[in-house]
Amino acid sequence: MAKEGLRYTLFSRRALLVAGLQGLAITILGGRLYYLSIVQGAKYRLRADENRISTRLLSPERGRILDRFGSAIADNRRDFQVYLIPEQTGKVSQTLAKISKMIKLQPHQIARVEEQASRQRKFIPVQITDGLNWQDFSRLNAEVADLPGVYPDEGMIRYYPHGQEFAHIVGYVAAPRAEDLDISKDPLLLLPGFKIGRQGLEKRFEDTLQGSAGRKRVEVNAVGREVRELPPRQEASEGTDLRVTLDSDLQKYVNKRLGEEAAGVVVIDITNGDVLALASTPSYDPNDFIGGMSRENWQSLLNDPRKPLLNKCTGGQFPPGSTVKMLVALAALEKGLIKPNTRFTCEGKHELGDHTFHCWQRKGHGAVDLKTAIARSCDVYFYHIAELLDIDDLAKSARRFGLGVKYDIGIDGERRGLVPDRGWKLATQGEKWQLGETLNVSIGQGAMLATPLQLAVMMARLASGNMVEPRLIFNEGKLDISKSVQFQSLGIAPQYMDFLHQAMAGVMRPQGTAYDVRRPKSAPQLAGKTGTAQVRRITMEEREKGVLKNEDIAWASRDHGVFVGYGPVVDSRYAVAVLMQHGGGGRAAAAVGRDILDFAIANQSGLQPKKQGSAALNSAATGGQYG
Amino acid sequence: MGSARMFAPRRTDKNWWQRLLGLNWFIILLILILGGFGVAMQYSVAGGSFEPWARIHLIRLLPTMLLMLVIAATDIRIWFALAYPAWIGGLALLLAVELIGATGMGGQRWLDLGIARLQPSELMKVATILALARYFHGLDFYQSRRLFNLLPPLFLIAVPVLVVIRQPDLGTGLMIFAVGAITIFMAGARSYIFWSGGAVLAITPWVIWPMLRDYQRDRILTFLNPESDPLGAGYQITQSKIALGSGGMSGKGFLQGTQSQLNFLPEMKTDFIFTVVVEEFGMLGGFALLGVCLIILGYGILIGLGCRNQFGRLLSVGLSFTLFMYIFINVGMVMGLLPVVGVPFPLVSYGGSAMITFMIAYGLILSVASHRDVSLAPKGSGLG
Repeated sequence: MAKEGLRYTLFSRRALLVAGLQGLAITILGGRLYYLSIVQGAKYRLRADENRISTRLLSPERGRILDRFGSAIADNRRDFQVYLIPEQTGKVSQTLAKISKMIKLQPHQIARVEEQASRQRKFIPVQITDGLNWQDFSRLNAEVADLPGVYPDEGMIRYYPHGQEFAHIVGYVAAPRAEDLDISKDPLLLLPGFKIGRQGLEKRFEDTLQGSAGRKRVEVNAVGREVRELPPRQEASEGTDLRVTLDSDLQKYVNKRLGEEAAGVVVIDITNGDVLALASTPSYDPNDFIGGMSRENWQSLLNDPRKPLLNKCTGGQFPPGSTVKMLVALAALEKGLIKPNTRFTCEGKHELGDHTFHCWQRKGHGAVDLKTAIARSCDVYFYHIAELLDIDDLAKSARRFGLGVKYDIGIDGERRGLVPDRGWKLATQGEKWQLGETLNVSIGQGAMLATPLQLAVMMARLASGNMVEPRLIFNEGKLDISKSVQFQSLGIAPQYMDFLHQAMAGVMRPQGTAYDVRRPKSAPQLAGKTGTAQVRRITMEEREKGVLKNEDIAWASRDHGVFVGYGPVVDSRYAVAVLMQHGGGGRAAAAVGRDILDFAIANQSGLQPKKQGSAALNSAATGGQYG
Repeated sequence: MGSARMFAPRRTDKNWWQRLLGLNWFIILLILILGGFGVAMQYSVAGGSFEPWARIHLIRLLPTMLLMLVIAATDIRIWFALAYPAWIGGLALLLAVELIGATGMGGQRWLDLGIARLQPSELMKVATILALARYFHGLDFYQSRRLFNLLPPLFLIAVPVLVVIRQPDLGTGLMIFAVGAITIFMAGARSYIFWSGGAVLAITPWVIWPMLRDYQRDRILTFLNPESDPLGAGYQITQSKIALGSGGMSGKGFLQGTQSQLNFLPEMKTDFIFTVVVEEFGMLGGFALLGVCLIILGYGILIGLGCRNQFGRLLSVGLSFTLFMYIFINVGMVMGLLPVVGVPFPLVSYGGSAMITFMIAYGLILSVASHRDVSLAPKGSGLG
């Protein structure tokens, strides 16, 4: 049948045409494959590597902060954390809800993560929580496989082993704020969980403590999860340890001794100016700040009338009270206005014009010489001196002993105190100095203000006759803890030095203001001076500002107790300043000061650690002067 | 019969077993290898695990191969008789998914059979070719060239195409249209229809472009230049090209494909399985896979050329072209030559529907092969 033949011929021709087109199409595909794989293979291999290889910063281990013996007061410990990458997870709130079924999350943590996730760029991981225990961590590891953008990690985290005892010195670290990120372009700050110093030494020495970031290359999958690491890795270089002059044992003892008081205590090694203890109570636990603090905790710290956030040793200014009397006496002696045996009669009050100045001893001290006036802290005697002494000379003497001077020992917020004189009065109030003000200043009241640190320096200078400069930071980690520093002499005549030393020793003798807290004859003897600072005027100001609540006024209107002292009297080593806010007077402060000096002497504070922990340092230290 | 000289008479009265044994077992082996390779690739995209896909792929492979053999050994006269009923049945299934089908992949395409989800649109490709072959078998050379006689086949094509596009599954609809057109072409319709049709298709873009809205243009531009939107619509194709190209000559090795193992590739187990093959086995692996497919497809065309009845010729070449369309669109799409329309690579991509379609189609081709000398009733009035 011809029709069938025609039909077949046409079919086969067209089938072959279609087959040919198919062959051509497959050939085109093959050519395309050749083009992609061979011609452009290198380009695509590179792009595949760009896909899978990600360079990640390695967080450097933060330098530790060590006390003088190398014992850590700010340390790092291993910690388990879990992170969230906003762009890889669907809805952050849903992911958090799923995670909170696996581990416990506080509402404020969830709020912080959501806030951070909305603020930061979406590819930057956000730390959900840290401080996970191993059980939670391993369970999370197994379960988050289904949660894109969530990954557990382990790393080092700041840890303050002594908690609140060093809080005002070391400060704390916390996550960088938005403004920190604006200032510093360091990509390290963007590392999730990275913390920077916010207070104290942590803040001041951020640059050296921080170290520099390392880099590692990792293979990541499409959701950015790390699959494996590709060597080589450039390790992070860890931060430099910071060595401070503190003696942990003494610092801890001081804290324990102060207990619940609102107080500031500074202990200085007279021979080299090392700050051995610097304690401010009440305190706070810097560990609470690391993971972010809840608003309530922060508010309660802020509103506490005893100001736990304030470093009272360097940032608190108080009227020094009678502790300045040695300086007043010395200024008068050096000017030749009085002699040690000059006597004035105290009847409990002193008239100047139509104003009456009272002695703390209302019934009067009778006729007293200078030594007795210091030992018994007779105010009237010093009113007499003040009538002879020019305020500018008094101020010069105060500055010579370190009042009104800023030392910048390494902690931000250090204050200068105030040594008033004519120039100051004119500059600040535009008025002439009045003699009555000199009378107030001569007993450490009036406008005069000092920090406990300054009072400790004053004591160290009085004890040694040298320009003792306080230091908190050891330079470059090179240190010889027992070495004394050659300070310049203050140039005080030896007989005056001896006289002042005897007068201060008299404070602890019969009828001295600190006789109650004297030491047994057999023990190394101490010397010092008590002081009581009236705070009523300050309280009035504060009350006007509404800072204090009514129920606090009883406590808040009590006097500050001040004590400065040193010991032992022979070969003096330790100078202490104690300020007890509303501590009821100098005697209570003197009891604390005595116990601290006793402890320091008994344990050779600053020369060797109390425990037999660091043997090497210990043996090196015992060769010291006070062994 | 005039054709007696052209086609030497052969034995046409083989029984079921004889037909089964007479099948081209080399080709069947190649199909088994292709499916087995699919199992290996499913093992790879699961990160080196039989679970979940490789095992199911294997479980589907064996019964569907058995189905293919049964179809192959079944008398072609039965398929001849069932051609129109199959088209009607396929259409009924298509309409069924409109009513009871579960929603998936953005359109109602699935019919849940319990053990597997069936895409009736896949079956419809085969059924349409069956019906067209059956129809043109009944027309002689001159009848085939009459324009009026193209109305019934146009109906056979247009109805399923419109239903499928309405689902909406534009890709499958166009594919049914394409294989239908090719079948009509080979059946002997006048060629000017195809030249002019081709010309119209060629100028369509230039006519349509000014009528498109901005977002539609953006989609087209993104297809033409996927790198312009690497995280959006172009992401898939960009990642696929990276995977293909980075495989180089001989690939990164089995289970070593970084793009696939690290999940940069989208839809790896289905649409982009060829990409995984090339990433892990390189250009040579891709050529080998395409080579095997060429042999399998080419055999289908050879069967058609050697068949004594028009039904068998159109059926085997049409089905072979259908399978070619799968491969061409799939590979062209992963290489960025064609838009991503969701066409699987036969037997290698994961998915039961495409596998069943392949096995039915190739079973019919093999059936044509074992009945190449059978002369079917010219008007298709019986089995005879």
